[in-house]
Amino acid sequence: MSASRAHKHPDLARPEPAGRVERPDSLRSLFCAFTWLALQGFGGVVAVVQREMVENRRWLTREQFVEDWAVAQVLPGPNVVNLSLMIGDRYFGWRGGLVALAGMLTFPLLIVLALAGVFAGVSDLPQVQGALRGMSAVAAGMIVATGLKMLPALKTNVLGTPWCWAMATLTFVAIALLRLPLIWVLAVLGGGSGLWAYRQLEAMAQGQAKP
Amino acid sequence: MSNSLSPGDWLALLTHFLSLSLLAVGGAITTVPDMHRTLVDQHQWLSDGQFNAAIALAQAAPGPNVLFVALLGWQVGLNAGGGLVTSTAAWGYAMLGLLLAMMGILVPSTTLTFAASRWAHQNRELRAVRAFKQGLAPVVVALLVATGWILTANQGEALTHWPLWLLTISVTLLVWRTRVHLLWLLGAGALLGGLGWV
Repeated sequence: MSASRAHKHPDLARPEPAGRVERPDSLRSLFCAFTWLALQGFGGVVAVVQREMVENRRWLTREQFVEDWAVAQVLPGPNVVNLSLMIGDRYFGWRGGLVALAGMLTFPLLIVLALAGVFAGVSDLPQVQGALRGMSAVAAGMIVATGLKMLPALKTNVLGTPWCWAMATLTFVAIALLRLPLIWVLAVLGGGSGLWAYRQLEAMAQGQAKP
Repeated sequence: MSNSLSPGDWLALLTHFLSLSLLAVGGAITTVPDMHRTLVDQHQWLSDGQFNAAIALAQAAPGPNVLFVALLGWQVGLNAGGGLVTSTAAWGYAMLGLLLAMMGILVPSTTLTFAASRWAHQNRELRAVRAFKQGLAPVVVALLVATGWILTANQGEALTHWPLWLLTISVTLLVWRTRVHLLWLLGAGALLGGLGWV
């Protein structure tokens, strides 16, 4: 199943953006792209995936990114690993999926092993502790910003803007303030939201039949 | 600390991670309590300190956080081989531990992702598939903001740790509104922290 056909049937609720969508030209460039983005991903790889895939390389639109991220988030396993697998598979089939995965893991693995060797000696230094603290603060901001940058993708959502804001606010309160377990939030809010979207799509289909 | 592992122990290491893979909705980090219970409390294959260091290191290093699982496997193997990379045998055990742990945590979840995302892509015109993605979109976007919020709040009270909060808020605005390279921001964060300013 070649993924290059992915754009031939654009969903009605998911219009193609004006900007041009590119694609990786080889497995090697896929591997390099994922290696490069993994090496930038300190504490929040999703921020870098969004920046590289949507803004720099334009292999995905913002809308496609949100949809793929939704699938990667709901399925078990590391989200960014799932996402890289899906993006690689979309362009080069299963080989692309494995190459993207290898790019995501190979060099970071070597680095983390090297760090483990070095870290044992320096982990108590206040400068090292401070640097880690500063980088965590930056990573936190990067993740918040990634969420904020995806908000415009909700404008074309079938739920409609008020419902999108209501679901997003409820999710934020449940996770960030009430600290409820993710799996319940996904099941209840995600499930409810999906059912509502189904009703909306059904109503739209009927509405087209009798305007 | 055990000095060597039997073939049955290696198999138990693999099956432990295999069994957690499909439970890890939201990432491998959500199964940390279970890993701690099995690896540290039950089998004593590695110490409390080694367990925590593996997680902290993977957070600090570039790449996906799931790499802490690789470090856990590495450390279990290293302990089995004597504790230090002093011989080829110890290195070999460490590599074996790393491979078993990563295969265990990744193979079931990536296989499922592969199958499910292909099915969803081939059936993307189905109303149920579209409703699933459209309905989840606001939830997962908010999840990202919430994750960032939790990471920020874990740094400490906003009033006493205001420099860290200020740094996070500045980065949020910069990444949201500009295209400044993310590595510059991370470097600046490391520098500010290393100098003790935040």
